[in-house]
Amino acid sequence: MKKVGNHKSFSRIFFSLALTLSFSLSVFSQDSTSVDVAAAPATGGNADAGKALFNANCAACHALDKVMTGPALRGVADKYDKEFLYKWIKNNTELIKAGDPTALKIYNENGQKAMTIFPQLSNTDIDNILAYTSQPKPEPVVAATVVDGNGGSSNDSGISNNVILGALALVLTMLIVMLFLVNNVLTKIAKANGIEVQKDSKSLPIWKAFIKNQFLLVVTAILFLLFAAYFAYGYLMQVGVDQGYEPIQPIHYSHRIHAGDNGIDCKYCHSAARVGKHSNIPSLNVCMNCHKNISEVAEETLAEGNEYGVNYNNEIQKLYNAVGWDKTTQTYTGKTEPVKWIRIHNLPDFVYFNHSQHVTVAGVECQTCHGPVEEMEIMRQHSSLTMGWCINCHRETNVKVEDNAYYAKIHEELSKKYGVEKLTAAQMGGLECGKCHY
Amino acid sequence: MASNKKYWKSVEELNENSSIVETLRNNEFVEQIPVDEFLGDKEALSSSATSRRDFLKYVGFSTAAASLAACEGPVVKSIPYVVQPEEIIPGVADFYATTIADGFDFANILIKTREGRPIKVENNNLEGARTGANARVHASVLSLYDSLRLKQPKIAGNNATWGEVNAKVKAGLEEANAQGGAVVLLTNTMASPSTDALIDELKAKYPTVKHVIYDAVSDSNALDAFEQVYGVRALANYDFSKADVIVSVGADILGDWQGGGYDAGYAKGRVPKNGKMSKHIQIEANMSLAGANADKRMPMNISQQKAALADIYNAVVNGASPKNAEIAKVVNQLKSAKSKGVVVTGLDDVNAQLVVLAINSAIASEAFNPTKAKLVRKGNAKEVSQLVDYMKAGKVHTLIMSGVNPVYTLPNAKDFSEALKKVKLSVSFSMKEDETASITTIAAAAPHYLESWSDVTIEIGHYSVAQPTIRPLFDTKQFQEALLTWTENSVSYYDYLKGFAASNVSGKSWNQIVHDGFAMNEALPLVANTVDFSAAVSQLTSVKNSGLDLVLYTKTGMGDGQQANNPWLQEFPDPITRVSWDNYVTISKKDAERYDLKNWNVANGGMNGNYVTLKVGNVTLNNVPVVVQPGQAVGTLGLAFGYGKKAALKQEMQVGVNAYTLYKNLTANQIVTITKEAGEHEFACVQLQKTLMGRGDIIKETTLEIFNTKDAEVWNPVPMVSLDHQETPTTEVDLWTSFDRTTGHHFNLSIDLNACTGCGACVIACHAENNVPVVGKSEVRRSRDMHWLRIDRYYSHEETFSGDVELKEGTSGLLNSVSTLSDMEDPSENPQVAFQPVMCQHCNHAPCETVCPVAATSHGKEGQNHMAYNRCVGTRYCANNCPYKVRRFNWFLYNKNSEFDYHMNNDLGRMVLNPDVNVRSRGVMEKCSMCIQKTQATKLQAKREGRLVKDGEFQTACSAACTSGAMVFGDVNDKESQVAKLAEDERMYHLLEHIGTKPNVFYHVKVRNVK
Repeated sequence: MKKVGNHKSFSRIFFSLALTLSFSLSVFSQDSTSVDVAAAPATGGNADAGKALFNANCAACHALDKVMTGPALRGVADKYDKEFLYKWIKNNTELIKAGDPTALKIYNENGQKAMTIFPQLSNTDIDNILAYTSQPKPEPVVAATVVDGNGGSSNDSGISNNVILGALALVLTMLIVMLFLVNNVLTKIAKANGIEVQKDSKSLPIWKAFIKNQFLLVVTAILFLLFAAYFAYGYLMQVGVDQGYEPIQPIHYSHRIHAGDNGIDCKYCHSAARVGKHSNIPSLNVCMNCHKNISEVAEETLAEGNEYGVNYNNEIQKLYNAVGWDKTTQTYTGKTEPVKWIRIHNLPDFVYFNHSQHVTVAGVECQTCHGPVEEMEIMRQHSSLTMGWCINCHRETNVKVEDNAYYAKIHEELSKKYGVEKLTAAQMGGLECGKCHY
Repeated sequence: MASNKKYWKSVEELNENSSIVETLRNNEFVEQIPVDEFLGDKEALSSSATSRRDFLKYVGFSTAAASLAACEGPVVKSIPYVVQPEEIIPGVADFYATTIADGFDFANILIKTREGRPIKVENNNLEGARTGANARVHASVLSLYDSLRLKQPKIAGNNATWGEVNAKVKAGLEEANAQGGAVVLLTNTMASPSTDALIDELKAKYPTVKHVIYDAVSDSNALDAFEQVYGVRALANYDFSKADVIVSVGADILGDWQGGGYDAGYAKGRVPKNGKMSKHIQIEANMSLAGANADKRMPMNISQQKAALADIYNAVVNGASPKNAEIAKVVNQLKSAKSKGVVVTGLDDVNAQLVVLAINSAIASEAFNPTKAKLVRKGNAKEVSQLVDYMKAGKVHTLIMSGVNPVYTLPNAKDFSEALKKVKLSVSFSMKEDETASITTIAAAAPHYLESWSDVTIEIGHYSVAQPTIRPLFDTKQFQEALLTWTENSVSYYDYLKGFAASNVSGKSWNQIVHDGFAMNEALPLVANTVDFSAAVSQLTSVKNSGLDLVLYTKTGMGDGQQANNPWLQEFPDPITRVSWDNYVTISKKDAERYDLKNWNVANGGMNGNYVTLKVGNVTLNNVPVVVQPGQAVGTLGLAFGYGKKAALKQEMQVGVNAYTLYKNLTANQIVTITKEAGEHEFACVQLQKTLMGRGDIIKETTLEIFNTKDAEVWNPVPMVSLDHQETPTTEVDLWTSFDRTTGHHFNLSIDLNACTGCGACVIACHAENNVPVVGKSEVRRSRDMHWLRIDRYYSHEETFSGDVELKEGTSGLLNSVSTLSDMEDPSENPQVAFQPVMCQHCNHAPCETVCPVAATSHGKEGQNHMAYNRCVGTRYCANNCPYKVRRFNWFLYNKNSEFDYHMNNDLGRMVLNPDVNVRSRGVMEKCSMCIQKTQATKLQAKREGRLVKDGEFQTACSAACTSGAMVFGDVNDKESQVAKLAEDERMYHLLEHIGTKPNVFYHVKVRNVK
């Protein structure tokens, strides 16, 4: 009993040690996300309100530090007269028409692209925006600290583990040595006292006894064979099943950010799933719908990327290289390099699967088969994609017949025949071989 | 008791001192086994560093490594578009309307494309479209992916750029112009008005340009006749749906006669409606498709046919009564039909063609429409022979050819190639480096029709447009583009064509024309000139023939031979002889006996035949195999064009003999002598039995008279079986309890034997849709052909099939029966012919399903008999238990296998595969799936759109390809559908109904209009 108690206390110590260590780790990493924002210089506006306004109105075409559709705007208040900026922002077309030399200069410098007019903005609003654009650029030190912190903490935990293990080993060796010594001492005492230490009576060794017992032998053999068969079967059945397949893709594309954080609908990019057999890997022009304007991620996102060892901005640059987009001139170069994605979901050739049947007709959520994609940083195969998996779902899922004239009559007649309220896909013929194999 | 017997191996053993016996006793083998040869020289062997042990180690290691490597799944790459074209959605098919015009076949068609690859030809069913895509048109999509196509232009056999080619041609044109040398454009019939306009522009720039049109298979005489009467170089057009009596003298109206495409109209009149159907009388030499479908067929040689035509003319126009009683009957029927009669001829004789025009005008035939004349043949035989003379005389400076291959197709090809050496510059626009393109100065790589723009006037008043359905696969340029370059016109042909259509077509916008594929124009009626027809008649009868007639024809599969490298067409069995991978001379049984010629079947199930030599004038054609053809007119021989080609053809496709060498003066009717030769030819014939042996329940047929007057029980009896010692119709007896099939869809396929002409378009359509492999000649010969759909052809043993039934029923006694039945294996000399398309019958009580040990074949609720290939282990029990013999076994792997070098061996050829259908592997059974991929797709579309499926939406590849309306597919649970009505028709019967398989394919009793 005592021994058991000892064991418990040992593991308790170990557990609490581990806990504290891991906590300290997360605490440590949380510290590092603070970004110090320098106070806005006195332009008479509220930089926070300006940021909100900037994001709502200007961010589609402008960034603070880089050229997008429009020029970079940091420090724009220093370049131009404030009165001019009021007029320009509210209605630049009028200014250009009127022949204002500064306006014309801006117009010509930026490729004669007219800017959207914002008559709804008040002068205070514009002040606020200008206050935001006049903030100095934050120092890019932050990222470096994060990396350091991460590395340090993981090293710490490694050392402590080794220490504990070493201590345990030491204790065990000591125990063994002690037992040996005790045994020696006892034998010596016995010798001194003239007591003969009784040796074990010569009985059959256990393995020989086992071999002699035919019944036990047969039972063991049968059990062994059964277990072997069970595991062999299990092994063989997973040949060709790639559940959890998570290859490294040529561009680190995060479904977590796109589908999770930004809540983009799956079918915005995988649009063919609505009408076709395939759920296509989106062509790069679809990416550019957004990424024409998003060439850099927010700093918090960048920091998140570091946890996965990836710089999202570099990944966006890979997209630009592939599609041939020059972000400085904001033009397509025409030099493209199609991306060779690694296909994750591979059905065998002898299976016909149609996405539109499931997505559009049956209204199955993408996540039903593909799992919590919106949480996946790296896409992986969630389901086994085996025939048994398909069939189970067909047996359990009701056919979505609401508002579909195709099903009205068939459903009425069949449900009467089977005496059920709602038909499953199987009852509609979803288990027939020829429906998927042809 | 020991035996004293001694066994002798040979007579030598009697001689005790024989040296042979001695050697045999000492040596284990009669001959020395060449051990040294395969072990190589001993020294090298012993000094080798690799010991036997090492070798075994390497083998063991590499095997282990290979099996370990196999455990790793392959990494599949997936590459999306950078910028996805708007109209392409991966996995969704697009259809484009276009027009085939390859100089031989002309039709408005739709092209199904997947991810930008054309994969199938469909009929354009818009009203007004000139449809009738035949087997060759369906197969033409595979010719696009021909790996032996010319991939870039060549000058003198070396690769060149288009800039160099155009510069050279322009220099040639300028030089010819300066020297006054003739420039000749030798083209096939393009029937393209915009191309004609371009050629006129070239003529304006270079006045010495002359345009000669050359059809490989010439209709020059028919064109001459029509031109004489109506002043337009065109072919008379006929609408057989308006005819009650059709008299055809040597015209294969269901084949390639006058460009073909008459099936639909013909079949319309052939289905009995309100007790009436058309009557078709065929007078001909070769057994043609038209002859096989005729109600009455009279085999005659050429001069008899001419005399018959003259008799008909004299009787109809002059009121004379014919001497021949049979002809008199024909004339009477024709006369009583009045304007509902029509006479056509395929005799290659200008007088015969004139006489036919006269007869049809005289009876004011409604089926005859001179206004809408066909423009699909324009070749001029005289001009072509003149051209060769000019070339010989060195008068031609530059020869530019497009779409022709005269070195292969001209009878005087040798003269032509000799004369070509005297031409300073020769250019050939060709898809292949064929016989001609390989000896011209410039071989200009031309695109396939699915890669080019064009316009076509198939008939007067009809304007079609051909649009590309894929970006050119190779560095090719079409002839029209080159013409534009040579006339220094900087517009593209597309813009030129668009402008041309805008100014020449009214009523439809350009986009609409391209969408529809065609537009209609006003056609001015043609006025007939006065021509002395009686002179024509007297000339017609003046020539009397003493020798054998050779009638050259085109086969349904090969046509003029321009698609000879198309394995689908090579493997397509001829509808009449059922022979694939060959051409041959057809001969009547009587003549065959005279010249001691035979066909016989050998042990492996193949058909063999003798060889003959044919001699026309001083031209001989050696080693022509012989097929004894029932129905061939005595004194005539038939031989098909399109074979015996060698250049730019895969080894496997270089089959047959070149009939063009006998095509003297481009006339299809020749006088020939025949001599037997040594040797046996091995045919690849897919049907060896010729008759039905009086089994009238396989093809049920009756006469129009009985059909009209008697009950269906008489002419379409339901077979009876004994149940509890009571006679019971088989339809009421069941071993199994039937499924309830009243809910959902229940697919049925109806095949009307009256409308089916046996044209075989469905066979090729099935190939294309279902990725059916090509197996090659030697495999077909072993009866391992893979066609999912076959069209059985049967001859009658007596004059008629009903005669066969009577004969069989009438015999009694064992000896009598045996001798009668063995006699009945032979067809009659002039038999009735019947076609029957047979595919998987999708039995509701399928015998194949019950015997499959692994349940790989099972039945669906919707009536289809499913086949799960991945489950099949290849026991072939199902094939053995199938009473219809429609299951096909994959004896080998037919893709990516150098033993079967057809189209599935290279990336290019595999582009034609349908991505929705599995490509089967070795060792599995396959069969018709009733195009389940198509019915599934139709259902899915309806589900997505939330509506019911309309009648006519469900189609199989075969029913969609059938222009004659013989095959109708649909849902019999939709009581309003056409197929449901056909299933209730009195003519409906199931194949082998008495065995109770309850098929989902049914046939309609064939009705013949005989008296």
